[in-house]
Amino acid sequence: MTEPIVPGGISCREVVELVTAYLEGALDPDTRARFEVHLELCGPCFEYVEQIRATSRLVAVAATELDERPDRDALLKAFRAFHKET
Amino acid sequence: MTLVDRYGALMLRVALMHVRSRAVAEEVVQEAWLGVVRGLDRFEGRSSLKTWILRIVANLARTRAVREQRSVPLSSLEPEGDEPSVDPTRFRPLDDRYPGGWAVPPHAWARLPEESLVADETLRLVREAIDRLPARQQEVITLRDVEGWDSDEVCTALDLTEGNQRVLLHRARSKIRQELEDYFEAAA
Repeated sequence: MTEPIVPGGISCREVVELVTAYLEGALDPDTRARFEVHLELCGPCFEYVEQIRATSRLVAVAATELDERPDRDALLKAFRAFHKET
Repeated sequence: MTLVDRYGALMLRVALMHVRSRAVAEEVVQEAWLGVVRGLDRFEGRSSLKTWILRIVANLARTRAVREQRSVPLSSLEPEGDEPSVDPTRFRPLDDRYPGGWAVPPHAWARLPEESLVADETLRLVREAIDRLPARQQEVITLRDVEGWDSDEVCTALDLTEGNQRVLLHRARSKIRQELEDYFEAAA
């Protein structure tokens, strides 16, 4: 019987529970190191962590109105300042 | 101002993918337009004008994000609660050669072009997913991911321990991630 394979000594099932603690910097140094070894060896978990990061960013973006546009007055001001410079 | 009208909203969304504050995102967009104006004669038409502009926005926003990143203090590990973040049947059994490894790995979407990540339909789905979260999770994810508060500020404001705050954030992000995975998988 071959040895079970668990990259970094943390299973994928554990990774999805530890991901927030990892991103928050709340893992103890040893667990953090093993978590990172796992991510280096496991493509799906690497993708999973990236998805959690992307989710966090998308939550921020989703809070802006869908039809919201950048502040036009501020932009015009920046353009005018730029023209003066050149 | 037609270009500004056409790409403004998209530029703002791409900027907000990297920087938390609306004010900083506005500055990034302004800076990007100046970059567009300055660099226009270097634009060789190898990509579309839109792609070129969005790349400028993303690069500037990334630089700003790195500059403004706050470090997170190290604290002890606490249990994340017993509500699984991913359907347990997606993992291999404990007597498998890869115990607890993925049986049904996540459908890949994190590296889709930002333009499709911030499409109207995706953002609508995220908002609906937030609305369906339990109140406490909604509060925490809004303060952390929308308002950009740090965990200490949220713990104080909502009277939570650091561990509880993290569990609520974890559950909220995990559920929304799952909905995004389902959506992108169905769309693929």
